[in-house]
Amino acid sequence: MAVMRYREALNQALREEMEADEQVFLMGEDIGVFQGAFKVTAGLLEEFGEKRVRDTPISENTIVGMGVGSAMIGLRPVVELMTVNFSLLAMDQIVNHAAAIRYMFGGQVKVPLVVRMPQGAGHQLGPTHSHCFEAFYLHVPGLLVAVPSTPADAKGLLKAAIRDDNPVIFIEHETLYGQRGEVPENGGPLRFGEAAIRREGDDVTVIGISRMAITAQKAADVLAEEHEIEAEVIDPRTLRPLDLDTILESVEKTNRAVIVEEGWPHGGVGANLAALIQEQAFDYLDAPVQRVTGADVPMPYSKPLEQAAFPHEEHVVHAALATFRDL
Amino acid sequence: MATRDATSKEKDAQAEVPGGEEIGFGEVKHGLPDAETCRTVLSKMMLIRRFEERAGEMYAKAKIGGFLHLCIGEEATIVGATQALAETDYLMSTYREHGQALARGTPPNAVMAELFGRVDGCSKGRGGSMHLFDWERRFLGGYGIVGGSLPLSAGVALACDYLETDDAILSMMGDGATNQGTFGETMNLAALWKLPVVFLIINNQFGMGTALHRHSAVTDLSLKSEGFGVPGTRCDGMDVLDVHAVVTEALGCARDERKPQLVEAVTYRYRGHSMADPEEYRSKEEVEEWRERDPINAFAKRLVDEDVFTEDEVKTLDAEAIEIVDEAQRFADESPFPDLDSLYDDVYVFSDEVPAWWTVDERTPEVHRGEREREAGELPHELAEKGAAYAGVGDHAQRQRRAPKDQDAEGEQQGPGEEDEDDEAEAVAEASGNGEPEAEERDESGGAG
Repeated sequence: MAVMRYREALNQALREEMEADEQVFLMGEDIGVFQGAFKVTAGLLEEFGEKRVRDTPISENTIVGMGVGSAMIGLRPVVELMTVNFSLLAMDQIVNHAAAIRYMFGGQVKVPLVVRMPQGAGHQLGPTHSHCFEAFYLHVPGLLVAVPSTPADAKGLLKAAIRDDNPVIFIEHETLYGQRGEVPENGGPLRFGEAAIRREGDDVTVIGISRMAITAQKAADVLAEEHEIEAEVIDPRTLRPLDLDTILESVEKTNRAVIVEEGWPHGGVGANLAALIQEQAFDYLDAPVQRVTGADVPMPYSKPLEQAAFPHEEHVVHAALATFRDL
Repeated sequence: MATRDATSKEKDAQAEVPGGEEIGFGEVKHGLPDAETCRTVLSKMMLIRRFEERAGEMYAKAKIGGFLHLCIGEEATIVGATQALAETDYLMSTYREHGQALARGTPPNAVMAELFGRVDGCSKGRGGSMHLFDWERRFLGGYGIVGGSLPLSAGVALACDYLETDDAILSMMGDGATNQGTFGETMNLAALWKLPVVFLIINNQFGMGTALHRHSAVTDLSLKSEGFGVPGTRCDGMDVLDVHAVVTEALGCARDERKPQLVEAVTYRYRGHSMADPEEYRSKEEVEEWRERDPINAFAKRLVDEDVFTEDEVKTLDAEAIEIVDEAQRFADESPFPDLDSLYDDVYVFSDEVPAWWTVDERTPEVHRGEREREAGELPHELAEKGAAYAGVGDHAQRQRRAPKDQDAEGEQQGPGEEDEDDEAEAVAEASGNGEPEAEERDESGGAG
């Protein structure tokens, strides 16, 4: 198995799918000559030419809308947005069009579009470039949402996203681009809706979203070494469709659940999962479901403030221990 | 809300805005085409007019819900422009698009059924008045977001180019859309990438209730795209032949030379923005002035004057249009409402299997996957029925849960009264007489849009 970085895995997925299908093409700001703000598209312009690797003006709403329009009549566009915050400029096209078109026109067309974007804090990019908005997109029926946390998943899920006939919001993480990992030839899962059990355990279920899947694993190591608690760590990998069954099975075994995400608490992924777990596994729970989320603030620039504003393994350890409190 | 003062100011500006002299309003600018073409054009315009009038009546009778935006007054623009398209070209429009669908050939039955929210509607009752769609005729939709369809249309043009076809797209917008950010963004990209698209501004003088000179600093809208590299021209939107000539030329330029074009058709909508519009922003006199330029009367008169048709023949064409609309109304009335179990259909495209939760139904304590609505327990179905009963339309039999069946079996929908295996449904249908409860008269005073 090859070892490669997360960004290289994404690059391979794009290259392989472009080789396999002439209708796959890329659009985005500075993805061609500049090779991508995070170098995910490095080398692709040279290999595939300007027809298929298209540098665009800074017009997010229109780029995404053109992706939707071209997808409606048979192309398979992959649009890169420079950060998740910029995707807000395209919210109209994503929610009112990409997600709704098939439904509102009675199933006459499909929209096989992928919109890729990185999210996350840690690079001191401040309050307009550092957020985590998977909860926004999870909210919308008609969209698929992927949040890969490993190079293998990045490759496998991006390939699956491009082949899928639905519009996909593909959320990468800025601090993961340089992470290395083993990647099978075709990447990780080639379909959506399959959670990964990153670590098995009987005592508490810890569900980590996006980069927080990695933070959850670090916390699980601490829990085992210092507290003799064996955590089961689950990475849902895709939030729509959601592999709820794997999560429920785990909770039914451990009787405790902690959900870790980097985004805001109100209306977050954790709020949603906690509701689903208590509705469907209430009788199995020995403690209230714990959430660990990012701070309820716009992301600050100053390094200590920024680091204090999103979860680290210490936060997760405390949340897990809280599920063992005497009730 | 505009005062009477503002209205009189609008009247002053009016004299300038339509650019009467420059466009040559009311002048004969083009020779007539052959008689068959004249018949087609006049029939289409008459059909749209009669269809829209009927839609207005059906709205007043509460057969049609939501917003209803009528295009009466704009028929020449719609028909002139769409007649310029090849069969393989694409068309996109705004939410005022009943006329566009009809002009493109979508059956009036399917359009009226969509307005009625019925399963035989051209969007299966999912879209309504603002979201008509007909893939077969390459009518790629009405869109409810002002300016929202502009990027989509450029995307279609990109695909036409990418796939190395000769197809082009005609992308329609209203005058209000020229103030949206997507207008500039899309013009820039269309010109930059040399896309086969013609943008048509249907300038009906108002962005909802705000007059052109009160919403746009530049009132010659054909100028607004030029700085982005898309040349603009204007035409007399009340003259079907002028619209046709100008759009034909623009399409040729976009298709053959890969130079996207913009056309502004200067026209007028006689009716309010929607049915919920008290029209306090303009005077009756202003509407009357425009009605004197009526595109259908003007064209019909010319056909009679130039001995193409007799007055009787014109009347016959109009009577035919009314018959088609009668039939559309009958068809829509008889078409069933969509099956309640179909609620989650077409949210997603499923490939082979559904391994996870794609949608979550939380309407009842029996939480289930929306995509498995048909297999949900009794309570979800009972509550769906109870919810649907609040609609206060249709009969119970039409809303009955049907046995799970292949959703693609179009044309096999049961009509009312055909559900003979369901005794209860039959009883209810009988009890409610003709099915439809007496339509309430609609209160038109409230609501925006």
